[in-house]
Amino acid sequence: MLNKSDTIAAISTPLGEGGIGIVRLSGKKALTIADKLFKGRNGATPSKLPSYTIHYGHIIRNKEILDEVILSIMRKPKSYTREDVVEINCHGGILPLRKTLEAVLECGARLAEPGEFTKRAFLNGRIDLTQAEAVINIVEAKTELALKSAISQLKGAFSKKVQELKDETLELLTLFEAELDFPEEDIEKTKRNKLIERIKRITSETDKLLRQSREGEILRDGLLVLLIGKANVGKSTFLNRLVGKERAIVTHIPGTTRDIIEEWINIEGIPVKIVDTAGFKKIENIIDKKAQEKVEEKLADANLVLFMVDGTKSLSSQDKEIAKIIKDKKMLCLINKVDLPEKISKNKLKSLIGNKKVLEISALKGKGINAIKKFIRDSVFAGGVSAGESTIMVNARSRESLKDAYNGLLKGFDAITEGLSEEFIAVDLKESLNSFKKILGETLEEDILDRIFQKFCIGK
Amino acid sequence: MVKNKYDIIVVGGGHAGCEAALASARMGSKTLLITLHKNMLGFLSCNPAIGGVGKGQLVKEIDALGGEMAKATDATGIQFKTLNTSKGPAVWSSRAQVDMAKYSLYMQDVLSKQDNLEILEGEVKKLIVKDGTIKGVETDKDEKISAKAVVITPGTFLNGLMHIGMESFAGGRIEEKQSSKELSDSLKKLGFKLLRFKTGTCARLDGKTIDYSNLRIQEGDEPPVPFSFSTCRLKLKQVPCYITHTSEKTHDIIRKNLDRSPLFSGKILGTGVRYCPSLEDKVVKFAEHTKHQIFLEPEGLETDEIYPNGLSTSLPTDVQEEFIRSVEGLENVKINRFGYGIEHDVVDSTQLLPTLETKPVQNLYLAGQINGTTGYEEAAAQGLIAGINASLKVKGKPPLILDRSTSYIGVLIDDLITKGTNEPYRMFTSRVEYRLILREDNADLRLRKIGFDVGLVDKKTFEQVQEKQKLIDEGIKELKKRSTVIKNEKIKLYQFIKKPHNKIETIKDELPDYPAEVLREMEIEVKYEGYIKREFSEVNKFKHLEKIKISPDLDYSKVPGLSFEIKEKLSKFKPLNLGQASRISGITPVAISILIVYLREYGKRR
Repeated sequence: MLNKSDTIAAISTPLGEGGIGIVRLSGKKALTIADKLFKGRNGATPSKLPSYTIHYGHIIRNKEILDEVILSIMRKPKSYTREDVVEINCHGGILPLRKTLEAVLECGARLAEPGEFTKRAFLNGRIDLTQAEAVINIVEAKTELALKSAISQLKGAFSKKVQELKDETLELLTLFEAELDFPEEDIEKTKRNKLIERIKRITSETDKLLRQSREGEILRDGLLVLLIGKANVGKSTFLNRLVGKERAIVTHIPGTTRDIIEEWINIEGIPVKIVDTAGFKKIENIIDKKAQEKVEEKLADANLVLFMVDGTKSLSSQDKEIAKIIKDKKMLCLINKVDLPEKISKNKLKSLIGNKKVLEISALKGKGINAIKKFIRDSVFAGGVSAGESTIMVNARSRESLKDAYNGLLKGFDAITEGLSEEFIAVDLKESLNSFKKILGETLEEDILDRIFQKFCIGK
Repeated sequence: MVKNKYDIIVVGGGHAGCEAALASARMGSKTLLITLHKNMLGFLSCNPAIGGVGKGQLVKEIDALGGEMAKATDATGIQFKTLNTSKGPAVWSSRAQVDMAKYSLYMQDVLSKQDNLEILEGEVKKLIVKDGTIKGVETDKDEKISAKAVVITPGTFLNGLMHIGMESFAGGRIEEKQSSKELSDSLKKLGFKLLRFKTGTCARLDGKTIDYSNLRIQEGDEPPVPFSFSTCRLKLKQVPCYITHTSEKTHDIIRKNLDRSPLFSGKILGTGVRYCPSLEDKVVKFAEHTKHQIFLEPEGLETDEIYPNGLSTSLPTDVQEEFIRSVEGLENVKINRFGYGIEHDVVDSTQLLPTLETKPVQNLYLAGQINGTTGYEEAAAQGLIAGINASLKVKGKPPLILDRSTSYIGVLIDDLITKGTNEPYRMFTSRVEYRLILREDNADLRLRKIGFDVGLVDKKTFEQVQEKQKLIDEGIKELKKRSTVIKNEKIKLYQFIKKPHNKIETIKDELPDYPAEVLREMEIEVKYEGYIKREFSEVNKFKHLEKIKISPDLDYSKVPGLSFEIKEKLSKFKPLNLGQASRISGITPVAISILIVYLREYGKRR
């Protein structure tokens, strides 16, 4: 997998976005490979060019011009990986970019593993592990609020709290250990109910941190909102209103939206991915098993469902079908078209959806859009607390460990209330302690490097 | 110089030296034990007790491996007690009060009757080393004795310096004024890094002058349970201990005289035992305590001398007398001997391999207090392992390395060689990660095979333990198959035992074919199955890193991504595997991650 003599290459920019894409090369042969492919305007070969220079020219393979490019040269050790690095800025869009990469690979480079550039930077001592992890979060942060939170993790607000919890757990563990190792000392024994109180407190604080980190997860990964409703209820108009551009094609013919529409929008700093279910299949056929399966699959991932009904019509059997499918989800019901005469029975709607919140909107006129945004925001930050400070951006690895720590504490609590003796409670507390230590990087996880670096998209 | 007369020389006849000499002789190596005084072999310099929390486990393991300490304790024990019985079986620890004189005599007897073992009185002044390998020793009589391997166990005699008040004198034990300064110098010259530790002991009292009438009596267990898996019956009469307390008056006397304490006046420089501090230490550090517990322990059946456990001190004799007499019951006590503090040299134990062979000098082994430990049991455990490994090495056989998942002994040695210690090291159950599976009760099941393989456990004994294991396994299967009726309800025996407060004792009539010690193992394994399984899965994770070997020739300077300090530390340590590397202090998990990647990816091409 990792071979120091290798030269690796990958497309280092997100595919499909922007006009420019970069093919990055790193390793001993980066420059000689560039020599084979790059034809500069004044005939200069990359291996003869100095570090930190950029050059205009063409990528030519088998006499065919693949793209017009700008080439940057960063010689070792002053490069991202501390190896020779060449970056080819391709200007011709996705196809020439791919062809350039293929040409580079044909000339002796190997396609980089996910995160391998950063892994080399790490192995060559340019960055440390925490920096590498922070890079991941920043790369993945989709909005400014998420970025702010990621930076605050860098500053250590999260690790400070984990450190505190770790210390408290250790102190508690020490009390249990003391009872085991010094049974005959006349030291004052801490009373069991005092210990129970302490373990309870640590547990609830860990739980709080876990909830805050869930919010952080949403900030990083985005809130998945599923838009559902029968055909022609106004979903596409609503989506366009929310996104602020003509994304979906809007007509009056039911079922116009044939593509799967997924749109990223920024709602009060929260990255929200809205999925319009209309595109799967005509919603009339929702009883059709395959269509339903697809919707259910999306439903399972959704953090929030927007259920849209038409205010100018009575509730139909399709509305009832949909309500049934989504009844267990976190949901907001939208009565659309309130700018037109109302025909819907709100009592009947209530009997369908129970106590779920209902908002009256007009997608066409823009009425109620702000209320929806507020609802989405509040659904992320329970109680509407200001984000930034209390929300914690945590990588999946840390969150997993935090969960383990929490479970250990719960088990310990059970053990202590069942009256088990100290050495068993200690097993549970040690589990928590180790999980806290894992987050802080104080204990070893063997596959940590691979796991961390695989989180990078290829080429980073 | 007599050429190759001995395979192994053991220097020192304390608890480490006795076990080392016996192990090597019993394994067939021609062994010489050099001691200052033949009649002090196996002497208990401090308290008259063997075992205790964490230490009992060590003694049981020594026994399972074929050592002598447990048998000596059973032969001379005058009170047996299992500590921590209110807790689960994993932390039960045995302790025995022994008759000190009888204990020493027992050891002298066993040693003198041992084949392949000679005993010589003398002091070793110098180690003879050639080309980085030990060749023999030089004694105070300028005698040079050669051997293929040497085990050094000097205890407090290694450059020992005793203190009573502001007076100090060289020696290893009161009334034994030898202090092996030359041996210490010899080690220094060979490149060993030495540290200085401090320990101490209390005054000895005349029991006839103690008023026990108001003191709490502490009896042993009834019936007393022996230490050794081989002991069937205890022979000596059992006697009680008594508990008293220091008073505010005691503490006042000590505070008033702190300027005369070598410990607080800066005279003693060595690091003291945190877990067994002197009384003046306790009074200063725990000023809020108005009293401290004192155990009055009999030193034997034929002596009236009492060891007042908890009154360790190095204060001047007049102060000792004054504060001792302020303790309830001791108002008119006669003091036979005064307490003293003792400083001695120790070798930085990170210079050792897991076999207890030293890294700087091949075939040289160190065991006991010289490695920074405190306690008879810790010393004996190391002596046994050093003796076994010296003998194995001389025979050209692979070494015996016990890892942390096998035993308390494994934890003890691993702690010493990887973490080192900056204060006297005492065993505790909390140092042991896999405490629930490393119990006293199953030490024989865990370690008899190892003892048999190295040649310290005979075939018959080994077969007995195999039979026991077989019975346990069968018994548990039977528990799963059979049911019983309890309070008109049918229940699987297995389910019955699993319930927290049920005891196998209740249903033992259903299982007449199983002896008591087998039933006990069945009960523990079934009752704590969930926790035991969790611990075994931790052990598997642990073993994984232990299995990734690191070549001693690995050039750490070529490993990219390691900081300079870490490269330097690893180059110095030369860990044998990644697990060991991960436990060295200052080696970060990130550094280990880098090593993993390096060994996996770069190592392949070597």
